Amino acid sequence: MDDLLARSAIALAAEVRAGRVSAREVVDAYLARLALTEPAIHAYLAVDADGARAAAAAVDAAIARGDEPGPLAGVPLAVKDLIVTRGLATTAASRILDGWIPPYDATAVARLRAAGAIVVGKTNCDEFGMGSTNEASAFGPTANPWHLGRVAGGSSGGSAAALAAGSAALALGTDTGGSIRQPAALCGVVGMKPTYGRVSRWGAIAYASSLDQIGPMAMTVADAAVTLAVIAGVDPRDPTSIDAPPPPLAPPTVGDLRGLRVGLAREYRPADLDPEVAGAVDRAAAALAAAGAELVEVGLPHTRYALPAYYVIAPAEAASNLARYDGIRFGPRPPADDLDQLYARARAVGFGPEVVRRIMIGTFVTRVDHRAAYYDQAQRARALVRDDFDRAFTEVDAILAPVAPHAAFARGELHTPLSMYLADVFTLACNLAGLPGLALPCGATVDGRPLGVQLLGRPLDEATLCRLGVALEAAVGPARRAPWPPPGGAP
Amino acid sequence: MAPLADAEVRALAHLARLELDDATVARLADELAAHLAYVAMLDELDTSAVEPMTHAVAMTLRLRDDVPGPALTADDALAGAAATRDGCFEVPAVID
Repeated sequence: MDDLLARSAIALAAEVRAGRVSAREVVDAYLARLALTEPAIHAYLAVDADGARAAAAAVDAAIARGDEPGPLAGVPLAVKDLIVTRGLATTAASRILDGWIPPYDATAVARLRAAGAIVVGKTNCDEFGMGSTNEASAFGPTANPWHLGRVAGGSSGGSAAALAAGSAALALGTDTGGSIRQPAALCGVVGMKPTYGRVSRWGAIAYASSLDQIGPMAMTVADAAVTLAVIAGVDPRDPTSIDAPPPPLAPPTVGDLRGLRVGLAREYRPADLDPEVAGAVDRAAAALAAAGAELVEVGLPHTRYALPAYYVIAPAEAASNLARYDGIRFGPRPPADDLDQLYARARAVGFGPEVVRRIMIGTFVTRVDHRAAYYDQAQRARALVRDDFDRAFTEVDAILAPVAPHAAFARGELHTPLSMYLADVFTLACNLAGLPGLALPCGATVDGRPLGVQLLGRPLDEATLCRLGVALEAAVGPARRAPWPPPGGAP
Repeated sequence: MAPLADAEVRALAHLARLELDDATVARLADELAAHLAYVAMLDELDTSAVEPMTHAVAMTLRLRDDVPGPALTADDALAGAAATRDGCFEVPAVID
């Protein structure tokens, strides 16, 4: 069983495709690990053991018939609960969707199933993706597998923790302001936020539609790259999906980086940056330079405006998107005397405090008498943030940056909304500009908490990020599963 | 920054269709004020010559051909609702 857990997703698929191990054996090994770790980790909101075994049996039957089982045959997949799955409860970690069984699959999920991946369950997250710790889940937080008293990050914290704990071989997350990359960094795994429009958002429960993107989370850069190739591509159901050739299905290989220029932005190196986080960036820079890349200092002068712009735009879009939760078409329906009371009561009972806060902020900044001062100004600031990146990418092929200001912190440590929002300071400019970003592990703190770095790239140039990422992975070591029982001990 | 007036918070809550108790209104009055004070940093920027960026990628949204295709069945669409009747979502009466 440990042998199966030690393999990458594409190595597992190769074994399954070659008939050296059955999909059923792989799924059983992961379900056994899940049963062991899940009571302490709470990475999942729903586990579909029967469905996973049935899907594995179908993969094995296809192989026995000589049919093509797909590039991810038999790979156990965890899907963030913000992404809908046909016949499998999907809540967005919100009580307002408690009990909802979607009648369709998200396009990304459908493409992964067609590629042979096996959906194991739905992973915990901050409610509607609004948070950076999973503490804003209506169903309780996820523990970091490296230290149970610390947060897994968020909002895709369950997907990151499932990978680190060994209860999934591959995962899907969504990233609106860092929600794939930050939990990946805190749990020591790989997370890719694709270019906006690269992956269909059909079936991604909307938080902020101009920023949201589905992406892969994995134990290796190659696994993330192959998963992206499977889920990428235009989708008639998402008019914002980009009609561009998908990235290559062949995994990236370690090679010479000569000719590639990697930017280091001074704005991502504040004087008070955590020294261990800064050390991770320095190690990554040295490794990329040793592999032949040229390091170049770049300026992104509007960086400090990204966070306030994001925290106007994202709540504005959230207030609009979440208007659909009215207590009528899905979710619990409280008793009410009339329709207005039903709406207001269902939403008050169904939404948690962070969601209410963001809806209220979004309602304020888009009110007719506030819109010009707040929402329009934030959209102009967003353009300046994007222009910074456009200029920088005339000089460099990618930008190396920290992911989170700190390694995994204790539950309850960020106790005011603004202190929580500041945790996103290095990740959300990427979303404002619509760029791809790849987070990957780069060492650990002295007390054993994972550290990560991210590479930001030009639109649709995930391939360069993966090329740099595999080189970095080879130099600093791949992601590892957390040992069980966890080294940090109980909370 | 001074908290928002409770009446202003209640007016926003009405627009957002949220039934809030007094304690939540008071908490949000403080939190919204702190949030607005923080995002006021954007006022430092002279954006008079900047076009607002309304989406991540400049694109013209595609429209599909106006041809009927497979869609959710009525039963599927209604399956998540707490109350249905005669193939419709049931709601409290809006006309006496």
